Amino acid sequence: MSSWIPLWLHKLGSPPTFYRFAGAVRPWAMGLALLAGAIGLYGGLVLAPADYQQGDAYRIIFIHVPSAWMSMFVYAVMGVSGFMALVWRMKLAEVVAMESAPIGAAFTLITLVTGSLWGKPMWGTWWTWDARLTSELVLLFLYLGVIGLYHAFEDRRQGARAASFLAIIGVINVPIVHFSVTWWNTLHQGSTVNIFGHSKMAWDMLWPLLVMTLATKAYYVASLCRRARTDLLALEGGKDWVRRIAEDEATR
Amino acid sequence: MSAAQHLLAMSGDVAAIFGMSGATAFFRMGGYAAYVWPAYAVFFAVLIADSVAPRLRRRRVLRELRTRLARAQARGQRPSSPTPSLSP
Repeated sequence: MSSWIPLWLHKLGSPPTFYRFAGAVRPWAMGLALLAGAIGLYGGLVLAPADYQQGDAYRIIFIHVPSAWMSMFVYAVMGVSGFMALVWRMKLAEVVAMESAPIGAAFTLITLVTGSLWGKPMWGTWWTWDARLTSELVLLFLYLGVIGLYHAFEDRRQGARAASFLAIIGVINVPIVHFSVTWWNTLHQGSTVNIFGHSKMAWDMLWPLLVMTLATKAYYVASLCRRARTDLLALEGGKDWVRRIAEDEATR
Repeated sequence: MSAAQHLLAMSGDVAAIFGMSGATAFFRMGGYAAYVWPAYAVFFAVLIADSVAPRLRRRRVLRELRTRLARAQARGQRPSSPTPSLSP
């Protein structure tokens, strides 16, 4: 590849190096996720005041919104690494794309279920076929499609490339989910938090939400590290470095 | 304000209105307990499942690999192997 890419990045692409790197990153990411999660939930469930309109039901926001952001963020990561997998045939990009899919599907499922549990008391219905809800459901089906296509192939690398292709096509759904509340007239409320500009939310409620966002991001990093490590062991089963790990862990 | 102080203050406010302790008020979630707590339960259940799955898979992958290695080693140690040799 081009010379502008630093050497350490080249090395990180090699499975044994990435295996060690992910092993070093994972406990820190998990620690950060648990710490931020504890602080965020304490802030959200205990310190934040009840909403003047929604009472305490709004407290679902502290898991619903971070999960919804993650469902889109993970899809974007999957799309970008899927693109890298197709263009440069990087084994590591395939691993990152394919191991991101179950985590993204998990966050999408959480978003749909918690949204449903929030919708019932506030809107009077568990589900409605409006733009935001439907596009988020399509996102879940895209994740499931990517996972299914990946496992449908006998050859794992071939499956990863086919599924990466589907993931790239599905990227079109991410902006649809995001802008659905502005493009269509939906039951779902518009965005309350704005990265560039004024957020329509009291600071007492906003900071736990942002801390929970950090927690879910860190959790994703930790989970991806664990999944990628496991997947590399499975992919590189015949190599010496994996053999050493297998023998080391047998004696423990 | 510390956690205990805060809970105490909250229990004071709520107890004055509803006549119950802070913990009870907390778990009642202003009458929305049936929606708030299941939402949190789903959040944790799904994420715990997500972190347990690769752990089990890793164990399985390494076990299968060790079995394969042991088999290959056993075959290598026996000169009169039942498997036909590829070289003529």
